[in-house]
Amino acid sequence: MSSATRRFTSTAMGALTLAAALLVICPLLLIFGFLLYQGAAAVNVDFFLHLPKPVGEVGGGVANAIVGSLIMIALAVSLGLPVGILGGVYLAESRDRRLPWVLRFVADVMNGIPSIVFGIFAYTVVVIPMRRFSALAGGLALGLIMVPIVLRTTEEMVRLVPNALREAGLGLGLPQWKVSLRIVIPAARAGIITGVMVAVARIAGETAPLLFTALGNRFWQQGLDQPIAALPLQIYSYAIAPYDDWHRQAWAGALVLITLVFLASLAARLATRGRAVAR
Amino acid sequence: MTKRSFLAVMLLVVPLASLPGPADAQLLMNGAGATFPYPIYSKWFEEYIKVDPEVRFNYQSIGSGGGIRQITERTVDFGASDGPMTDEQLKKAPAELFHIPTVLGAVVATYNLPGNPQLSFSGDVLADVFLGRITKWNDARIKALNPSASLPDQPIVVVHRSDGSGTTYIWVDYLCKISPEWEQKVGRGTSVKWPVGLGGKGNEGVAGQVKNAPGSLGYVELAYAITNKLPAAKIRNQAGKFIEPTIESTTAAAAKSMPADFRVSLTDSPGPEAYPVASFTWLLVYKDQPNETKGRSLVKFLWWAIHDGQKHAAALLYAPLPAPVVKDIEAKIKQITFSGKPLLAAQ
Amino acid sequence: MAAESTAGAGTADGLSFPPRAISGRRAALGDRVYTVLVLASVWLVLLLAAGLVAALIWESWEAIRTFGFHFLVTSQWDPVAGEFGALPFIYGTLVSSLLALLIAVPLSLGAAIFLAELAPSWIRPPISFLIEMLAAVPSVVYGLWGIFVLVPWLRDWVQPGLGRTLGFLPLFQGPPYGIGMLAAGMILSIMVVPYITSVSREILLAVPGSQREAALGLGATRWEATRMAVLRYGRSGLIGAILLGLGRALGETMAVTMVIGNRPEIAASLFAPGYTMASVLANEFTEATSDLYVSALVEIGLLLLVVTVVVSGLARLLVWSVGGPARGGRE
Repeated sequence: MSSATRRFTSTAMGALTLAAALLVICPLLLIFGFLLYQGAAAVNVDFFLHLPKPVGEVGGGVANAIVGSLIMIALAVSLGLPVGILGGVYLAESRDRRLPWVLRFVADVMNGIPSIVFGIFAYTVVVIPMRRFSALAGGLALGLIMVPIVLRTTEEMVRLVPNALREAGLGLGLPQWKVSLRIVIPAARAGIITGVMVAVARIAGETAPLLFTALGNRFWQQGLDQPIAALPLQIYSYAIAPYDDWHRQAWAGALVLITLVFLASLAARLATRGRAVAR
Repeated sequence: MTKRSFLAVMLLVVPLASLPGPADAQLLMNGAGATFPYPIYSKWFEEYIKVDPEVRFNYQSIGSGGGIRQITERTVDFGASDGPMTDEQLKKAPAELFHIPTVLGAVVATYNLPGNPQLSFSGDVLADVFLGRITKWNDARIKALNPSASLPDQPIVVVHRSDGSGTTYIWVDYLCKISPEWEQKVGRGTSVKWPVGLGGKGNEGVAGQVKNAPGSLGYVELAYAITNKLPAAKIRNQAGKFIEPTIESTTAAAAKSMPADFRVSLTDSPGPEAYPVASFTWLLVYKDQPNETKGRSLVKFLWWAIHDGQKHAAALLYAPLPAPVVKDIEAKIKQITFSGKPLLAAQ
Repeated sequence: MAAESTAGAGTADGLSFPPRAISGRRAALGDRVYTVLVLASVWLVLLLAAGLVAALIWESWEAIRTFGFHFLVTSQWDPVAGEFGALPFIYGTLVSSLLALLIAVPLSLGAAIFLAELAPSWIRPPISFLIEMLAAVPSVVYGLWGIFVLVPWLRDWVQPGLGRTLGFLPLFQGPPYGIGMLAAGMILSIMVVPYITSVSREILLAVPGSQREAALGLGATRWEATRMAVLRYGRSGLIGAILLGLGRALGETMAVTMVIGNRPEIAASLFAPGYTMASVLANEFTEATSDLYVSALVEIGLLLLVVTVVVSGLARLLVWSVGGPARGGRE
């Protein structure tokens, strides 16, 4: 091959890969564009403040679904946050041989499990014994998705904390639990919170595990042991229904959901920018 | 935000979530099941708040199969189905279950064709379409029934239910009575092995599919067709007349004697003006209620539904219960007990 | 973005676990409480994971006992007759995922190469950012877009076009529903692209600079350096990235359920409707009315679990072989 051909190939491949990169971004622009176009008109104050109307009637909103999602996210965080952080600290600090390896392996496996399988588990261990669909079951399923994410991110962030900090704490006579809790974790705070926010962004959009745990509720929440509405569930019900008004609300709901998820992801990325090793 | 303040926020939110919501109702009744009556149930539950502000009825339309399963597992307070439970299913339930009829509805053949013609079908043609034997709109047999309609040379996109459905049960029950081949090959149930077609979730899903895809043919409850401006075909009944699905023709199908447990099939009714694919829809409740307050709210609602609630039926294209049937249901509701004592005081 | 870290860095040398008290009874109590809490968390995670697998096996036992191996190779899905075979779902899952990979892999690898090797540095952050945002879009939103934008486009333009030009192939025969395997494959491809791209990019960036420089020093063009040095070196990692995308595609539920047509049948054409393991769970789980039906569905869930875990595990091994372990939490 002559050198001109080789140089041409190089430029051509450069162009092709650029095209690939642009093509890859296209769907995002298309989807977000469509959401804005279809959903923006439907997003109004009513949408945020009102309950759904009876079938076939126009209007109403998804207020209870938004609150329901927030409630279940809070439940998931109350499981995922402490367990994930403590587990992550353990992974970073322990010098034991086997247990950390097992935990890391299990967490990585859990990261790859489809979320609907967690829904089946929550149905079997919460819904059936409790004899009802509930926010608790939904929160458990979401929490299980959260745990491995927070765990591994915390481990990574805690590993980054310089040893000097730990040694300083020990040198000042602090017991080790205080060093971990009051020095190491706060030092890794930004990264840990990032991990939590990434996990929250992920579970905020989950629908499948809620299908048979939360069930759905057309009214305000009455308690954690009752069925509960959730924004992704509502979007799903509306999307597959035939009513035009429901379609409109589905677009609006999707716009709201994707905005919240994006904001959380964005905040998470901005927070790590200072921490991550520059490329 | 420090970890401590974060935890503090969590500790606040979770108990707050356990407090009663802005509606401040005392009691939440949960039900799930059929999509067939969902429009009228959702109207009823909204109206009933005015009758009894202390109760909220939360109904999730997940299909009759779901209603049967969830009431059997007691994860809901009441179920709803338009396919009556089989003897085997009733035996599996932990206690005796009542079928309480609420309204009558019609399952219609709906379709999406250019020009929106009004079509007529016979049962055997429908059976053959759903068996995959008739594949095109301009098939000779369809043309014979609709000589003046312009039928395109296009494949028929059959749409059925992907979930466990009482509407399916009513439809295939009818097809079984008409077509021995269908009865033998497919049979009846809330979830069957469809020879052809796409699956939609719920009446909503099937209506949505038909609405979106030209050339489709599906079966939905009448209310879903009308509210979505989809056509409903005329179907030839046992007497040989082509009947349009209306409230009157649905009621005409109910002119039959009712068994004591109300599990009756109204399809292929012999009445001359009867629409051949009509059915009752039932609420499934336990004879002996596990909770007194909930049980009392439930029987009060049932009483209201079969009396005052009936006046909402026609507007939503369901047929109200015939008067003699209401009397029988009243007697049945009075049999619902808590710890052996009837919940409804003698009226 | 995960920080670059190699195994062992940051492991406290001065600290051990469980902690030994330095001084005082209060410190000892504090250490003990802390140890208990931490170990409780660890064991909770392990127990939940074990419980998950146990619950699935327990619930699916009846189906396993009744159908045995036949479950995996039979196509009958007949709730009325009580006959259940998972082959249509396995087929649907595999075909939709492979179709997704077919579309996604060239695009993702191309984008990754562009971002890691050939792009001017000012362009990298915005494009990387946009690709990562794509990964954050919830499945149900993809499904919504799929139903109202992708499917009509397929039904009215793409499928009739493909039918006219390539209709002699059994792949493109049949009425253009719009809904079906092709729609599912396309949506899945959009969904896995960001995962494959970002992991591939990190793999390529992890290749030591010396490889690239050696090639360039020998007179290679940029592309040749990339091809010979970087891609070859990172090959197993790239395969791992692809497998990671596969793992995602196999487990994807909502978007697929909304566009695949929900028909438990094996068909040769991409235009035909199908069904995946995750979709049948989403549609039929709450309503399976007999114990055997539920058990069969849970067995499908178990299958899904096993398949995705194996694929993801393999993926991770391959990725680590290039970049090193401790890639956590952000797959």
